[in-house]
Amino acid sequence: MLHLVLFLVFGAICVAGAINLLAQRHPISSALSLVVVMASLAVEYLLLGAEFVAAVQVIVYAGAVMVLFVFVIMLLNAGEEEQTKGSRVALILGVPGVLTGGLLVAWVLIRHSGEKALGLGALPGYPKVIGGLLFHDFLLPFEVTSILVLIAILGAVFLASKPEAASTPTGKER
Amino acid sequence: MVPVSYYLILSGILFFCGVIGFLIKRNLITIFMSIELMLNGVNLSFVAFAAQWGHLSGQIFVFFVMVVAKLTVFLEQLENDLFELRGDLRIQPGRRHG
Repeated sequence: MLHLVLFLVFGAICVAGAINLLAQRHPISSALSLVVVMASLAVEYLLLGAEFVAAVQVIVYAGAVMVLFVFVIMLLNAGEEEQTKGSRVALILGVPGVLTGGLLVAWVLIRHSGEKALGLGALPGYPKVIGGLLFHDFLLPFEVTSILVLIAILGAVFLASKPEAASTPTGKER
Repeated sequence: MVPVSYYLILSGILFFCGVIGFLIKRNLITIFMSIELMLNGVNLSFVAFAAQWGHLSGQIFVFFVMVVAKLTVFLEQLENDLFELRGDLRIQPGRRHG
């Protein structure tokens, strides 16, 4: 009972934050409601017993990713977005279409759910066990993600490097 | 006791809100934020399925999704900053040897 109440309360906060993200016109309000979504998702993870994932969600997503988003929005002075004709069309056509798809998925999920009910803290995800899995069974994906980070850093260094002073392509052709 | 499908429906709602945001928003930063929303919905799906099947691999995969999302955000913000600083997104030709 308590599990259901907590799930519904924080689920409602999640959905309210997501809809607020769509409804707000200024990106900073959308960013702040996304922080609300991530924090309530961390509580949902706790309800499922994934305590380490919940902590990492707060630290990494709400604490690093969203902080960077807020930095960028405030640094670049992103203003309110304008409503053009194309965006109205996307609104009128896209929202009912996506809602239809979403209702279809929800209906299929409800019909084919196996009546498996999860208790409070269903699968405890202790850091020790997760660390053991991460560095034994999932070692290859772990190393591959580190190479991915390296690629991202290389790309960032290349993109941000200063252009050459007098590099014109025609100079070499002579 | 909460059925698994409730968690999946919540995850689906978040995902579809992200899709709607991706379609209707004009600001590039808000589009990237709806991508983050989609990824969070998928993360909830992973953790719910991990709890259903009693396998911790679902929770491990959440970390990988988070890493990829973080890199996406990092590169997107770099691109935004460069765009604002330079006025365009033309990539300069690389340094030539010699």
